[in-house]
Parts: sequence; C-alpha cells; structure tokens
Amino acid sequence: MAVGVTPSHAALAGAVPSRRIEWTWAPIALAVAVVAWLALVPLAFMLWQSVLSPQTATSAARFTLDNYRTAYASHDTARLFLTSLEFALGSAALAFSCGALLAWINERTDTPFKTLFFALALVPLIIPGILFTVSWIFLGSPKIGLINLALQHAFDTDTVFINVYSIPGMIWVDGLHYSPVAFLLMTAAFRSMDPALEESAMMSGATLPQIMWRITIRLASPATAAALLILFVRALESFEVPALLGLPVGIEVYTSAIYDAIHSYPSEIGLASAYGVALLIITSLCVFITTRISSLSGRYSTVTGKGFRPRVMTIGRWRYVTAVVFLIYVLLVVVLPFLVLLWSSLQRFYSVPSLAALKNLTFEPYRRVLAYPEIGTAIWNSVLLSLASATLIMIATSILCWIVVRTKLPGRWFVDHLASLPLVFPGLVLGLSIMVCYLTLPIGVYGTIWIMLIAYVTRFLPYGMRYNTASLLQVHKELEESAAMSGASLRTTFGRIVLPLLKPGLIAGWIYIVIVSIRELASSILLYSPGTEVVSVMIWELWQNGQYVELSALGVMMILVLFCFVMLAQLVGRRFGVADA
Amino acid sequence: MLSVKSLNTEYAAANGQVVKAAQDVSFEVPDGELFTLLGPSGCGKTTTLRSIAGLERPKSGAIEVSGQVVYSSEQRVFVAPNRRNFGMVFQSYAIWPHMNVFKNVAFPLEVRKARPSRKEIEQRVMRVLAAVQLAELADRDATKLSGGQQQRLALARALVMEPRLLLLDEPLSNLDAKLREAMRFELKRMQRDFGLTTVYVTHDQSEALALSHEIGVMNDGRIVQIGSPRDIYERPRNKFVADFVGSTNFIDGTVISAAAGNGRCRVATPVGELTVQCVDNLAKGSPIVVSVRPEDVELSEAELARGDDDNVCRGIVEAKVFLGDYLDFQVKVGESVLLARVHPSLRTPTGDPINVRMRAEKCVAIAEVAAPRAAA
Repeated sequence: MAVGVTPSHAALAGAVPSRRIEWTWAPIALAVAVVAWLALVPLAFMLWQSVLSPQTATSAARFTLDNYRTAYASHDTARLFLTSLEFALGSAALAFSCGALLAWINERTDTPFKTLFFALALVPLIIPGILFTVSWIFLGSPKIGLINLALQHAFDTDTVFINVYSIPGMIWVDGLHYSPVAFLLMTAAFRSMDPALEESAMMSGATLPQIMWRITIRLASPATAAALLILFVRALESFEVPALLGLPVGIEVYTSAIYDAIHSYPSEIGLASAYGVALLIITSLCVFITTRISSLSGRYSTVTGKGFRPRVMTIGRWRYVTAVVFLIYVLLVVVLPFLVLLWSSLQRFYSVPSLAALKNLTFEPYRRVLAYPEIGTAIWNSVLLSLASATLIMIATSILCWIVVRTKLPGRWFVDHLASLPLVFPGLVLGLSIMVCYLTLPIGVYGTIWIMLIAYVTRFLPYGMRYNTASLLQVHKELEESAAMSGASLRTTFGRIVLPLLKPGLIAGWIYIVIVSIRELASSILLYSPGTEVVSVMIWELWQNGQYVELSALGVMMILVLFCFVMLAQLVGRRFGVADA
Repeated sequence: MLSVKSLNTEYAAANGQVVKAAQDVSFEVPDGELFTLLGPSGCGKTTTLRSIAGLERPKSGAIEVSGQVVYSSEQRVFVAPNRRNFGMVFQSYAIWPHMNVFKNVAFPLEVRKARPSRKEIEQRVMRVLAAVQLAELADRDATKLSGGQQQRLALARALVMEPRLLLLDEPLSNLDAKLREAMRFELKRMQRDFGLTTVYVTHDQSEALALSHEIGVMNDGRIVQIGSPRDIYERPRNKFVADFVGSTNFIDGTVISAAAGNGRCRVATPVGELTVQCVDNLAKGSPIVVSVRPEDVELSEAELARGDDDNVCRGIVEAKVFLGDYLDFQVKVGESVLLARVHPSLRTPTGDPINVRMRAEKCVAIAEVAAPRAAA
C-alpha cells in the first residue's frame, strides 16, 4: 500500500527529510499492508465460504444460499438467537453488577483490607476460561458437584440445589469469570471522576443520596453503557462455557453452533461461516455503538491528567458488611475454584472430598501428566506463541499508533479502524475464517505453528493499539518536536524519545497479551494440528477424554506459573518505572 | 538574519475545516536582535513560529536565514526541521523525562551527523549548563527540577547546538508571576550576551515590551503592525493594537480640519474639539477614533496650564480604585467616561468636578474603518 506522501500535503509532524521520504516511510507502508492483510483477508474468505456448499469426495463445492437458509430461516433460528441473547444478556448483567458494586466499594468506601481484595479480585483474569468452567463443574454439577453434595448432606435430602448445566448455571459461571473486567472498567470510571464535581454539589447543599443520583451516576452513565456493551459482546463470544455446560444438555448458542457445524461429518464449514456472519453482525453493531457512546461522551470526560485525590467515604459499621461482600466474592471466584482443582489434582481417580479420600492423596496425576509425550511440545508452543505474538504486536502497534496519533497522513483513521477491526471477531469466528483462508491459499501455513501465530497476532492486535494509543496520547507532542529541532532524524527520535517514553505502556500491554495468549482456546481449537497443540487445547482434550485428575494437575500448574509470571512482571515493571502494569 | 516573506500556513481542523492560521506574514529580523510576535491566543503567532521551525509546512511564501533559503514555495524548497539547526524552547519546555539534565542537553550534540567527541560534548554541555546556572544539577533527574530550572534547561538545550536562530514559544507562560519577571531579565541578558537572532512568541504585552527590539502585533492570522516597543505603545496604527497593547480610552470623532505640517488635526468628539496626532493622512469629515492612554489623561483640582496643542476640559469624578502604586479614576466628561491613571496623592472625592488635560501628541487618531493591513 503506497503511502502517498507528496510534497503538497506532507504537513508531517516530526522530522522528514524531504528527499528521502520514500525510504523513511517504507516500514510504515509495510506495517499498514500487514495489518490490512491480517484483518481483511480472512473476513473475505469467510464470506466467500458461507455461500458454498460442503465439499465432499464426490461433489465439488458450488454456489448456494442453503447455508443462510439453514442458519436464518429454519425453525431453530429464533431459538438459537434467543438463547444466545439470553445467555449474553444474563452474563453481562451479572458481571456488571458484581464488578460495579465491588468497584464502588473499593474506590469510595473505607472497607478494611481493600488493597488485598483488589489484587485478589483480579486473579480470575489469569485463570483460563476452561479451567474456571471445569472447576465450577466440580462444584456445581447435579451429580458430583461439591456444593450440592454438601447441602444434601447437611439437609439430608437428595434435591439438586444448583445445576450448572442450564442457562442460569451458564450465566453464573460466565458472569462470575468476567466480573473482574467490569470491576476494572468501573474502577477506571470512578477514578477518572473529578471529586470537585461531587464536592461542588455538596457545597450547593445536596445530600449524599442526591449527589449519588444526580451527579455520580450521571457522570458514570457513559462508562456504564460502554461497560455493559463490552461485556455483552464478550459473552456472545464466549466459547468454553457454552461448549462445556451447554452442549451436553442441548443448549446451543452461536459459538457452540459454529463448533458443532465444523465438527459434524461432513464438516459444514459453509453453515458455520453463515453463523459466524450472524455473530459478526451483532458484535460489530455493539462495538460500533460503544465507540459512538465514548465519542459522544467526550463532554463527560473529566480526565485532566492531574491525579485526583481519592475521595473515600466513611461508612462506619457498614464497612464490615462490604468486607464480607468482598470475602464471599473472592471465595466464589478464586478460592473455591482453585481448591477444588487442587483437590482433584491430588487424587488417583476423581472422588469427592472425604476423610477416606484424604488418605489417598498422591502426586500421581502430576507425574502422569508430565509424562505425556505431547506435554513438552504443548508448553513450548504456548510459551513461544505468547511471547512472539506479544512482542510482535507491541512493536507493530507502537508504529501504527504513532502514525494515527502523530502524523497528518491522509487516511490514517483507516489504519486505526483496520487494526481495531479484529475486536469484533469472536475467537471462534476468527479461527474459522483463518482456517478457511489458509486452507484455500496454498502457502504452506496451514497445519503449522505459523497459522496459530497469525491468529493470535490478529486477535490481540486491538489490545496493543489500545495500550499504545493511551500512552502515546500522554506523551506531549513537543517532546518529539524538540528532538527534531535538536537535529534528530525521524528514526533517532522514534528510537531515543518515543519508544523509551512508551515503555510503561509497552510493558503493560506486553504482559497482558502474554496472558491472554496463553489462555486462548477459541481460535486455537480450530487451528491446531498434531504437533502444534498448546496447553489450553491439551486441557480441552483431557476433558474430552475424561482424564479429570490429570487435567486438574495441569490446571493447577498452569495457574501457579501464570500467577508467578504476573508477580515477576509487576516486580520488573516497577523497577523500570511502570506505575500500573 | 531572518527574513519571512508573505508566509501562508493553513491546517485542517478536527472537523475538516481549513483554518488559515497565518496569512501573508512578512517580517525581517536583523542579526542579533529579538523580534516578538505578539497577539491573543489563536492569532496565528505560534503557527508562524512553527512554520519558521519547519514543524509546520506552509502553504506558500519564503523563509530565509542568513541568505540560506529554508523554505520557499516557488523554489520548492523545504528543509526538514532537524536540518535547520534552529534552537527552540517550547511552551511546555518538552524536557525529556527519561533523561537527566546532562543527557537532555547532550542530545542535540549526540544526534549530529558530525558527532563531536565524548570529551568535547561534555565540555560544551557543562559550559552551557554553567551559563544557565544549572551546572551543579547536571546529574539530577530532569523531572525533579522546579519550573524555573526546567525553563533554563530547555534554554540550555537550545543553546548548546549554537543555533543560527533561537525560537521561543511562550517560554515564560508556565512560571509564576515573580519568577516570570526574574526570568524576563535573565532571558534578555542571555539573548544580548550570546547575540542570538531570536523570534519570541507571547500573548503577554509587558513581556513583549520589555524584551524586544521590535514587535509584530498579530490578529486573525495577519501582522497588523510592526514597530519598536515604544512605537507600538505610543503610536498604535489601529484600534486592535491600541486595545491589545496596554489599556486605552477610545473616543469616537470626526475630522474637522485635515492634518497640518506637524501631523496634528482637529477632531470633533463628544468630549469637545480635540487636537490630535495623525499618523495617516486623514481627509476632512472621515470618522476616526482617538486613543488616549490612561496615564496620559492628566487630572488636577487646580486649573491646568494650557500649551498650544493641549486639550483641556472639565469633568466629574465618577468612581476611583486604589491600586497601590497608582489610582484609577473614572471621569465623566460630557456623556463619555474617561479612564485616568494618576499618582495616589490625588484625593479628589467622588462626585467633585476636576480638570482634565490630554496633550495632543498623546492623543492618537486611528482611522475608524481599520481594515487590517500589513504595516511593514
């Protein structure tokens, strides 16, 4: 893609030696081309595939609208749509209520130990979805669920108290797992609010409830709407929960329907693509509305860059109540799920906790899982993929963001939109379109680890954009201009001024992408082949094979390693002056 | 020396509209002199400065420094900012927070094509740091400096490259009032000592008057008057300049007899007939405004001596404000109210009559239809 820099419109920021323009801008043109390839080509292939009939040994694929007929005009259409909607709405609402309540408690009250709670409440972010789901099966399944067994024992009945294999159960597990996202979003919203706005209301004579209702909630309303939409889209994309909890009892949402279609025989990729298109339309719409909200709410923006003094209310005895709320939350999202995994990882065969079972504690599952021939490859692949994708993304997006934020190149907004486009791709849909794309293009990527790398980089590109844009906006433009005035070339300025100043954001974004890459399942599940398994895929296979204790052992190790990685990263980050990793 | 010829710079605003930031801007700065671009925010002074720096690409015009063309739309020349060797101090100072004081100053030398030896860099940096009195803070984190120190660091960074031209973008606006005054002297001393040709941008008229050899007053993207500080203050060529630089009284009037040989003309105004100073040749009957500075409105309880061209009248004290080293009186003459700035010893009570004198050379006639014109 030729970046048209002609002298007439090159009011470029920074130092551009006019005669060497073509060479200076070559890497940028390259970056734009790569992003366009990553974001657009798979989409085109999926659209194309969705109008083809299944290819079998006897008949070639041909043009058809049957896929859309099946996906949109059968009597299952409405049911699938409504189930997806119900699940996603429920999950978003649950995650938001938990997250917003906790954020308010954490930001605006004097609850004891809240720093500790804050750290603990974020732990679910590093637990892979599949492990969280499995641990809640151990806790809440009607037959072996520990909570049911405990309650049945206590009340001496055989009533099933909770059942995760149901829509409410799915909502419960998915909503809980993603409540930390809402927690973070709302914490940011509360923090960016200038306390002077509330204080001036108080000086005007308003009471606390009046301030809450007429000022705080109004100011937070754009953030609330945006958070709800983000959570809704996320729940629509959710794959682990619908696959593990919904499919066994016949509850289908879009993601599990796509998975089902691909794994039927013959593989109905066309139908899966048609479902994918439906999902894509819904998520695009939501993401579009979210962007609109945040751009419209510019006037609500109270962020001035000045650090606000946190405004904390003294709530007296109520702080014990809020502490208990925190405690219960941490119990549900961290302690119980981890303990149940730990327990089952120490058993020869899965059994519910009892005194008898306590005698059989063993490290056998750890030994067995580490003895699997694929385990080494899987770990190696996971580490390699996550480090490579995080590094590639952060470097590429630092250049892209610089183009978007700093230059006046025509069409730079297009780069921004292009690089943010993968945000609307559910992981499964992205995996599907990349699969279709490289199955068709004979460039030898399919079936290798490269296809997974392409998927990861595409999928997490928007995160890199977000981290880099945020930190670049905080770097005053004059810092670069003064380098130009000092005689530094564009490349020197980028290397010696821009990158060092972006470092905190680069490191934070890098850590985040490493974590989400290691957790990634929805895309990998469609793209792996023997020899390119990753750890999350291996956990999925162990579940399919019913090897619960080995799964638990692997899960416990994975969580511990991720936890140590985050701690280490924080430590290193602090040394390099990262305020908020 | 610097010469800017009919410079036009425009840019697209966020809503896609084209903003004509600098229009037909021309001026010259002789060697070693300090030229100030003065004007309200949004008048295009910073855009003009950034165009000289090369950070903004002008639409048309020409910029020349000591005979070398750094920009010319006709010759299709645009020298990149990093090749111009101009020193610049930014409004935010743009101190790089990830480097210490020494490294900030050393940067311009380090990125040079012909990079001096390590020893020479150190010598030159320390010499400049000593000049701005920061030598003992060389190892300090740049972010741990006070506002005044940051300002001097930014200046040191601009000076270390021995620039052909020094560009200062509101360098004092981020300092508090006391420090600003001190730095004003400091800046003036250093500019004169180093003999640097300097372009200074500010919206603060007292800064401009104090520092400059010459001032260009800008409004709406155009230079409306160029002159020495005294010229600008005492002989404003239009209403905008009179109003923006210092405070002034405007009295509407009509010319009743055109300028004589001494540049004086008679004007009919609501406060009576006045003899005023005409810069332009004003025809009889043309509408004008007369600008009189408050300190040139003399008040006295006693009868005032009347020279040849002095305007004398009587008014009534309407209100007065005590401001420490002087008093502001509002005096009603006829239907008009004049502002007078007088010595605090004058104690005439409100409501009393008072004598007013305005010397003709202090009353400046300005053509009413002040079409903006470049006064170069």
